Amino acid sequence: MDLERVIYLKSEILRIREEALKELRELDSPEALQELKVKVLGKKGSLTALLRQMGSLSAEERPIMGQVVNEVRTRLEQAWEERSEELDAMALQKRLATEQIDITLPGTRVARGHYHPLTQVIEEIEDIFLGMGFQIAEGPEIESDYYNFEALNLPKEHPAREMQDSFYITEEILLRTQTSPVQIRTMEKLHPHLPVKIIAPGKVYRNDDDATHSPMFHQVEGLVVDHGIRMSDLKGILLNFSREMFGESREIRLRPSFFPFTEPSAEVDVSCMLCGGSGCRLCKGTGWIEILGSGMVHPKVLEMGGYNPQEVTGFAFGMGVERIAMLKFGIEDMRLLFDNDLRFLQQF
Amino acid sequence: MKVSLEWLRELVDLDQSAEELAETLTRGGIEVENVENLNKGFEKVVIGEIVSLTKHPDADRLLVCAVNVSQEEVTIVTGAQNLLTGDRIPVALVGANLPNDLSIRKSKLRGVVSLGMLCSREELLLDDTIGLDRSADGILILPPTAPIGENFGHYLGLEDSILDLELYPNRPDCLAMVNVAREVASLTRKKPHLPKWAEQNQVLSLPVVTDFRIIIEDQELCWRYAGLVVEDVHIAPSPEWMQRRLKAAGVRPISNIVDITNYVMLEMGQPLHAFDRDKIEGDVHVRPAHPGEKIVTLDGVERTLQTHTLLIADDSQPLGVAGVMGGLYSEVTKDTKRLMIESAHFSSVSIRRTSRRLGLRSEASNRFEKGIDVSGIVAVLGRVCDLLIDLGAGRPVALVDEVRHLPSRRQITLSTQHTSTVLGIELKISEIRQVLEDLNFEYKENNGLFQVEIPTYRSDLEIEEDLMEEVARLIGYDRIPTTLPQGDQTQGRRTPEQEFRRRLRKVLAQSGMDEVLTYTFTRAESDAQWGSAKHQVPLLNPLREELGVMRTSLIPGLLDVAARNVARRNMDVSIFEIGNTYWGEEQPLKNLPREELRVAAVAVGKSERHWLNQPVSYDFYYLKGIMEGLALEFGLKLEFRVAENQSLLHPGRSADLYLQNQCVGFLGEIHPSLEKEWGLERAVIFELELSTLFKWIRHTVRAHSIPRFPAILRDLAVVVTVETSAEAVMAKIRKLGGDLLQQVEIFDVYTGNPIPEDHKSLAFSLRYQSIERTLTDEEVNLLNSRILEGIQQDFGAERRK
Ligand SMILES: [Zn+2]
Repeated sequence: MDLERVIYLKSEILRIREEALKELRELDSPEALQELKVKVLGKKGSLTALLRQMGSLSAEERPIMGQVVNEVRTRLEQAWEERSEELDAMALQKRLATEQIDITLPGTRVARGHYHPLTQVIEEIEDIFLGMGFQIAEGPEIESDYYNFEALNLPKEHPAREMQDSFYITEEILLRTQTSPVQIRTMEKLHPHLPVKIIAPGKVYRNDDDATHSPMFHQVEGLVVDHGIRMSDLKGILLNFSREMFGESREIRLRPSFFPFTEPSAEVDVSCMLCGGSGCRLCKGTGWIEILGSGMVHPKVLEMGGYNPQEVTGFAFGMGVERIAMLKFGIEDMRLLFDNDLRFLQQF
Repeated sequence: MKVSLEWLRELVDLDQSAEELAETLTRGGIEVENVENLNKGFEKVVIGEIVSLTKHPDADRLLVCAVNVSQEEVTIVTGAQNLLTGDRIPVALVGANLPNDLSIRKSKLRGVVSLGMLCSREELLLDDTIGLDRSADGILILPPTAPIGENFGHYLGLEDSILDLELYPNRPDCLAMVNVAREVASLTRKKPHLPKWAEQNQVLSLPVVTDFRIIIEDQELCWRYAGLVVEDVHIAPSPEWMQRRLKAAGVRPISNIVDITNYVMLEMGQPLHAFDRDKIEGDVHVRPAHPGEKIVTLDGVERTLQTHTLLIADDSQPLGVAGVMGGLYSEVTKDTKRLMIESAHFSSVSIRRTSRRLGLRSEASNRFEKGIDVSGIVAVLGRVCDLLIDLGAGRPVALVDEVRHLPSRRQITLSTQHTSTVLGIELKISEIRQVLEDLNFEYKENNGLFQVEIPTYRSDLEIEEDLMEEVARLIGYDRIPTTLPQGDQTQGRRTPEQEFRRRLRKVLAQSGMDEVLTYTFTRAESDAQWGSAKHQVPLLNPLREELGVMRTSLIPGLLDVAARNVARRNMDVSIFEIGNTYWGEEQPLKNLPREELRVAAVAVGKSERHWLNQPVSYDFYYLKGIMEGLALEFGLKLEFRVAENQSLLHPGRSADLYLQNQCVGFLGEIHPSLEKEWGLERAVIFELELSTLFKWIRHTVRAHSIPRFPAILRDLAVVVTVETSAEAVMAKIRKLGGDLLQQVEIFDVYTGNPIPEDHKSLAFSLRYQSIERTLTDEEVNLLNSRILEGIQQDFGAERRK
């Protein structure tokens, strides 16, 4: 073997290396990179072709040349790797530069409907009382005179019946004027089980129609019956409720009142949520807002429900959902709640 | 009940202002609805005297007046022309707010400073009973006796405040001034000063009437009837103080006799009626009217009476409708010489029916309806006697008192301990004793157990709990602490059905629909159209005719809402309601109707425009998509079948909804022939009955394992006739695909070029997968071509290339 040939091969190897490195620096796409790699290192590549010529070298020279070729190959592969990373980084830069959007444009619209404000308020009331261990009871909207009046200590011809102008269907069947009949129905169903601890939301009806009365409206009734229920328990439960509904700093006060099915009876006022009690237009300067009626369940009503008033006591309360919604959302005319104008409903 | 503070002060020591008293009463359970200050508007109006009148230097039509208002002389410019020097007139000083809402300020008129205003009747809202005749032409001119400098309201006797009590039905006793005074005394711990006749057991010593009898025919309707015979009657106006108090209470003064009866009614709570004794022939009968019987009442109207009507009559004719209105014939006139004054009990139920039927409601009938104190009937006549004599209106000579029934006095046992337990307040025996003292109730006490004697005027106190309320309200409801129930703890949770409704509402709202709430009563015709006329429940006394029946469908209410919104240019509507429908089983109703909960929706228009997305049309497929979402949420196998009723819905765009082979509702576009009636174009609706849905909802989820082997996807597009239902083709594909076909979705529907007329192209994407092995292309191709052949056979379909 002649030295000349060895030198030639070596110089060829170095030439390939230099040329490849130069081309590498100049090319600018991953495709070109791949092409070059095939051209030099591929099966038919220039370096591979040189390697093939090494068969003619002597046994001593072959490993030396092999080492040279391998060094060059390693060097080139490393260069490719580096150039490939450079190109990726360049490509990323370019992509980021071209993919800028106007982030102030509105997003894809996801359809969103609205709950009726009264439903929202009812659900909120329900959740508060569920949290205090109450169940939710229900009863028919079309009621018998017995459940709506008589069993609630309102016999026929009782003057208090006049407090409520009823819609009648027959002499004995009417649209319930209050959710209170659910008290009797619940007790009948549960007795002698204790404790009874329910709220009963639902529609009620009275023959009235103006800015503060609707012929159909909603109430939430509450009833608790157990051994040793006190009027102070009523106050405690309603204070909790008022604070959850109207804010932590609310206070309540009880005023004597009259309902045929409770004794003693109390009207419940909550400190004004607008002025906090100092007096404003909402509370008519009094600092207090009437929100519900309540009292200790009348012994006759407990009896009608199947409980012995000597053994158990109870309290009951009832609130108008429309009124609470109007206070909560600042609605001035009750009729808006049943007008169902979408511009109104979509605010909630 | 209108309570004059001036009158009340005579009956009880009072050091509170009207407003303070109103607060005390309201906190004590007697709600004061309103406090009316009669002097309102006259606070800065005084009586002045015209000292001089000179022409305004720069205005012909104005006069500059020097007015003496006692302490000083003020200059006032006026345009009035009816004044003379020396006239006494009302002067509104600077700062006055007149009854007609005019505020008086210092002003300058053409250079002359004016420090007030001279007032006309109109500005003071007064009628022509006040002032000289000359007042009509401008400024109100008072008599020369009007005291200079005096407050004008004071001069008119308008210093009083009127408390308007809003009484609960359990406190009819407070329809009497003496009982309001007792109430105020109890709440303020002051002494009442009542006429002795306010004590029901006072004896009125008069000879017994001998020349006629009282004959009570139905003692259920009249428990007691007393008559006071008065001679030497002298009819005249009543004194000014009495007239003023009557007016303050809203009662018009008439004559001394009528005024005395009204005055005593207001004072004692017992309605009274004066008959001309000389018009009474024979005995006085208290009896129900005869069939067809007639009477001309005080208002001059002839009234035909129903047989239950309770009458006061003599032997020959009716004299008055008991408790409601006297008869014209027996009326007291200026010629009346002798009287019989009636003080009686009449059944509240009877009076209520009669007054309601005759449309006559008065202070008297109101008191009878609420119930009067039968024990005090004669004592009240004692008060009448005093006033007759004081006023020189007549001489009481005899008394008749027919008693059929006297309610017994009630005794109630009140336990200190029980009261403490129920109220949740630790009460001392002495506190309860104090309350009973304040109420002026008689009692005996032993070891905290009180035997309380209930006065007859407190008919509302029947059981121990009633007395507990008295205790609570007198010591103050504020004494009640706040505690929580001590018993077993309970877990609050919704029933599955309640939870279902809540989730349903959430799903619909999240689908973009707005929830509405409509009246459950509606127009009979519209409801019959969409629901069932046969099952409708009509109201006897609807608010308006168009709210006459309980609904059997939610659709008309929703269509109304949609139409109303569209009319207001809210063009795009997608709304739903969850609510009851009401199904009567017979007419007239004997049992409570069935209340069936439903959900319904109406959509019309399209979703809002958006730069990125095409608006969604609110059409059949929009609502169907929402229902499919709902079915998915609850794991329901909802089927859509071609609708049977084709009269309400577009026959080509409607479906009946089935669940487990039971029809549960419908979905579709409203029939084009109904569009005009409802004012809606291309509205789509659905209505679903919820109890069946609830029955079949999936309560638990069983998870399937995820297949480990890869899936193979194939698309398949076929051309079929337009009538061919996509669902049928899908079903066939599923059937032929067998277990290996995991999923079929329709991803394109196309009509038009190059698809032949009356045909459509359906494109399906099929997903093949095995849970056991990797499928080969060959077996999938085989399956796919078998499916294609099947469809070609069944539907005459062609593969679309
Ligand atoms: Zn306020």
